[in-house]
Amino acid sequence: MEFLRPTSWSEALAAKAAHPEAVPLAGGTDVMVQLNFDHLRPAHLLDLGRVAELGTHERDGAQVRIGASVPYTTLIEELREELPALALAAHTVASPQIRNRGSVGGNLGTASPAGDAHPALLAAGAEVEAESVRGRRRIPIDDFYTGVKRNALAPDELIRAVRVDRATGPQQFAKVGTRNAMVIAVCAFSLALHPDRRSVRTGIGSAAPTPVRAGAAEDFLTAVLDEHRCWETGRPPPPSAAARFAQLCAEACRPIDDVRGTADYRRHAVAVLARRTLHWTWTSYGERARSTEGAA
Amino acid sequence: MATRATKTTDTTWLRPTGTPGGIGESAPRPDGTLKVTGEFAYSSDMWHEDMLWGRLLRAPLAHAEIVSLDTTEALALSGVHAVLTYEDLPAPVRHYGLEIQDTPVLARDRVRHHGEPVALVAADHPEIARRAAALIRVEYRELPVVTDESSATAPGAPVLHPDREDPHAPHVPHPNILHRQPVLRGDAEAAAARADVIVRGDYEFGMQDQAFLGPESGLAVPDEDGGVDLYVATQWLHSDLRQIAPVLGLPEERVRMTLAGVGGAFGGREDLSMQIHACLLALRTGRPVKMVYDRFESFFGHVHRHPARLHYEHGATRDGRLTHVRCRIVLDGGAYASTSAAVVGNAASLALGPYAVEDVALEALALYTNNPPCGAMRGFGAVQACFAYEAQMDKVAAELGLDPVEFRRINAMEQGTVMPTGQRVDSPAPVAELLRRVKARPLPPAEPWRSEGADGPDIRLLPGGLSNTTHGEGVVRGVGYAVGIKNVGFSEGFDDYSTARVRLEVLGGEPVATVHTAMAEVGQGGVTVHTQIARTELGVQRVALRPADTAIGSAGSTSASRQTYVTGGAVREACVQVRAEVLARGRRRFGDRHPAWSGPGLGLDGGKVVTAEGEVLAAVADILGEEAVEQEVEWRHRPTRPFDRHSGQGDGHVQYSFAAHRAVVDVDTELGLVRVVELACAQDVGKAMNPQAVVGQIQGGTVQGLGMALMEEILVDPATAQVRNPSFTDYLIPTILDTPELPVDVLELADPHAPYGLRGAGEAPTLSATPAVLAAVRAATGLALTRTPVRPEHLTGSG
Amino acid sequence: MRVNLVVNGRRQEADDVWEGESLLFLLRERLGLPGAKNACEQGECGSCTVRLDGVPVCACLVAAGQAEGREVLTVEGLAARHAGTPGAPTGAEEAARWRARPADSAAPLAPVQQAFLDAGAVQCGFCTPGLLVAADELLEREPSPSDADIREALSGNLCRCTGYEKIMDAVRLAAARQSEAG
Repeated sequence: MEFLRPTSWSEALAAKAAHPEAVPLAGGTDVMVQLNFDHLRPAHLLDLGRVAELGTHERDGAQVRIGASVPYTTLIEELREELPALALAAHTVASPQIRNRGSVGGNLGTASPAGDAHPALLAAGAEVEAESVRGRRRIPIDDFYTGVKRNALAPDELIRAVRVDRATGPQQFAKVGTRNAMVIAVCAFSLALHPDRRSVRTGIGSAAPTPVRAGAAEDFLTAVLDEHRCWETGRPPPPSAAARFAQLCAEACRPIDDVRGTADYRRHAVAVLARRTLHWTWTSYGERARSTEGAA
Repeated sequence: MATRATKTTDTTWLRPTGTPGGIGESAPRPDGTLKVTGEFAYSSDMWHEDMLWGRLLRAPLAHAEIVSLDTTEALALSGVHAVLTYEDLPAPVRHYGLEIQDTPVLARDRVRHHGEPVALVAADHPEIARRAAALIRVEYRELPVVTDESSATAPGAPVLHPDREDPHAPHVPHPNILHRQPVLRGDAEAAAARADVIVRGDYEFGMQDQAFLGPESGLAVPDEDGGVDLYVATQWLHSDLRQIAPVLGLPEERVRMTLAGVGGAFGGREDLSMQIHACLLALRTGRPVKMVYDRFESFFGHVHRHPARLHYEHGATRDGRLTHVRCRIVLDGGAYASTSAAVVGNAASLALGPYAVEDVALEALALYTNNPPCGAMRGFGAVQACFAYEAQMDKVAAELGLDPVEFRRINAMEQGTVMPTGQRVDSPAPVAELLRRVKARPLPPAEPWRSEGADGPDIRLLPGGLSNTTHGEGVVRGVGYAVGIKNVGFSEGFDDYSTARVRLEVLGGEPVATVHTAMAEVGQGGVTVHTQIARTELGVQRVALRPADTAIGSAGSTSASRQTYVTGGAVREACVQVRAEVLARGRRRFGDRHPAWSGPGLGLDGGKVVTAEGEVLAAVADILGEEAVEQEVEWRHRPTRPFDRHSGQGDGHVQYSFAAHRAVVDVDTELGLVRVVELACAQDVGKAMNPQAVVGQIQGGTVQGLGMALMEEILVDPATAQVRNPSFTDYLIPTILDTPELPVDVLELADPHAPYGLRGAGEAPTLSATPAVLAAVRAATGLALTRTPVRPEHLTGSG
Repeated sequence: MRVNLVVNGRRQEADDVWEGESLLFLLRERLGLPGAKNACEQGECGSCTVRLDGVPVCACLVAAGQAEGREVLTVEGLAARHAGTPGAPTGAEEAARWRARPADSAAPLAPVQQAFLDAGAVQCGFCTPGLLVAADELLEREPSPSDADIREALSGNLCRCTGYEKIMDAVRLAAARQSEAG
């Protein structure tokens, strides 16, 4: 095994081009477990810990550009206002120690269906900035997850950053686990209201081979909100519509039975989380709408 | 009873000396400073120049024939010093076991459970050892598995151990039944006819893991004469030694064992893990060999708590009196015997719980299956039964329209009650009082997540915690109660003794006591208690502890809540003898100087011989001079008797221990997530030798019970008998965010038969915590919940 | 490969490090600092918690090579850090002989260490080093944490013996003492 320690992004890209099978290593929270338990013996480990720009984030227009190695702790502490769903998701990741090392870039690289960041990225809207010596490209988050622990990166590509749309409305993230901390998702759900576009987006984790959006549920709810002039009035959609939305979210799941939970439970729980997060986000939207009204 | 509760102990043979740091005080741990500075040497911290790393290859299948085994490639790998298989075992003895020697040191031609040891490697680095293990070629032919009672006893079922010669073999109904113990008292049939209500239930208890944090590990160092020194974390050095030496082909004196630091045990270190393997590799290579399991391997490296299926029938009259109990408890012992027979004895004799019932017909049995071997874990056979009988007690109370605590009170046993085994309980059994105390506590406030002035709920105080699953929606509170009974010490006629050597000498002008035992300190604080006993009995400040090793006789196991009782008793007795010798020498030397020398009531205090009135007669330093006093004793508790094979009658236990819990839970009824809000315990400890330490034991045991109620289970695939979740990612134990306030009410009702009146305390709280939490969840959800741990899908009908 | 780093204020160097080794293995098996513990090696127990450039991390999930040039604080360095006596750089040989708190030293324990002893928060002690490093960092960041803050900060540190109640007591005690002293 060889330990590659590039000190700059260009060196890192060159190393990945020279050794496409090299396993990138940043926070280590996935890769080191694989190494410690003999599940992974790559010829090359590519330590990205010395590439300083991967650890920074900045605002870029309507997006926040988060370097691939920015730890979850930073998202919780610094980006709660701009990226509420992602910050909430970050707060549910494992333990404080893991949140100090693990990153959204790592979550994307591993692309586990149980990764906590994915539902929030899907709901908020995001692009993955991938780069190789051949150049840089942006992969829409909807196209990024290609299979169980597979993603759209080419073998010579590294994740430079993830660009997440700054919130224009309330967002929520909720995750079911069988312990109240330090737990892998049995299932997770994220909902983002996009009042600027008068649409909603969702993200579901751990309930299908990849993280997924509940497209039919989004379309249904978007139509209901329009029809009932909810965006204008701040009034919540009718309870029957919320129930239907929840049901459609459950139907978007393709879960399995495993040691963490049953498929039936996952569908059930996603429906409950969809209903609750809709209530929370819409309550918050309604309050904002009313206070804006009051101010005007 | 309540007024007696705060009185301490029978002091007829204790001369209280008031020595600071003596018994009854929360004296600090003698190993505490080393443990907080990181210097305490645990078994996995052992290091030796020139040492090799040992590694085990384990079977990937639960039941298979070994068709061929080829180590050629592994041996050829650079950095590999030895590869050993069954063929390399040096002695005719090739099996070991605590009670029945049925466990192969390395598999010969058949493996009987997932993870069974097959071959050993010693190499320069752990990674080389891993690579070498991966190069061992093993060809298996898979065999059908038996995984429960019906498959294990079906016609034509593969018999796990066809050539059994153990004492239970002639008496069991099927060779895959390891041991069966009926308990019959009175006439349950006739009593059932008198019952106004009869309540039946079937219950299931999952497989719990001890999940101690310090992995199985140790260091074997060969000596020049073919012997070996072994530094290891265990619960019982001498029991290890008895099993290790014959397999190495060595007399016991050439295998010297020293206890290394133990990172928790809870029963999981009663059986051998890496001991023999490390010694074999060290003796073969002539080099020190260190073995450390990783967490994955640890799940295969020790026995677990028996999963169980239990059927209960309780009858009661309208006025709330139990008429009879019938039950059948089936424990899954897995592939090898371990301590299953004794677990059966406990399950059978304690199956009724802490209740007075005269007409009882029950049986407990353990199976041989291809599941992981099960054996000792905190609570040892009493835990599974407690889960079921306490569920039954709630169910009967509901049927009768009685308050569940009142119903228990009506039927609570007490001192003088005759157990279903015919044994009369001859020391305090304050079952009703313990329940009264937990019930009398004020209930914690509702909706703790709401706080004045805050923006929103504090999700950390809601079910789901940080995962943000509810802001109060669907959350229902429930309260539940449970009480349990556990035996203390080894039972059924076992010669349960401990050895202690105590030396008193003058060093730097000051008397210093040195205590030497082979007791395994696993975290319970036995070492603290030994220093306290020496201070109290010998009136010294300075107490040194020799490392636990096999240079002294056995201390028995650190299990069965027995060490403070038995090794504590041995240390006390040795101190008493030392004190007698000091006084005798003092009398010889100074007896003519004061009449009090010839009278009774002399004691040692502050390094002086003092009269009962406190008058100083002489300094210990002046009596001893250069000559130390040393006494070694073997100390036993009262003998017990075996249970009759047919009726289960017999005075099988030496002491009983009781704890009660009240659980308050908030359940998210839509998602099936639970947050325990408070888990209060009341327990009688006879005498709180170290109040802080005993409360710590109660709290720790309580949380292990909480884990069993809500999250802890080793999942075994019923089709393949393979373990599905051998990691801390999927075997979950409670975090600090899952753990509520744990108020503890300690009663001290002396047992006149025990040293200082103490009562073994470590296990009882693990029993009642689980059923209390389940009762509270039932109260919140209205569901029957006959299985533990309860999972979200059980609470939401989406299983 | 060779790895250079600073541990508890002392420069350390290790040779022939296998590329797949963790910082935890490096500390325990090569640098003679077994205080950080090896309970799970998958980031699920916190017993190997150390501070890497000041940040609490699981040493089992940091590759040894990633620690190159970094500063590590382990439980062995806690007392000295609070006593304000950072160690001088030494050679590997001297470092190997170095002890966190020599038996003859009267150097006081760090407040969290003393509080864990006084509160009875130590039983088997295997989780203790990780908890101490995590709790010490919490109190540095938040001198008067609420109970929920303490639970959240320590939610990555499993303890199997105590039921956590006395760990809560210990952290509250350390906080109270530090605020009195401060």
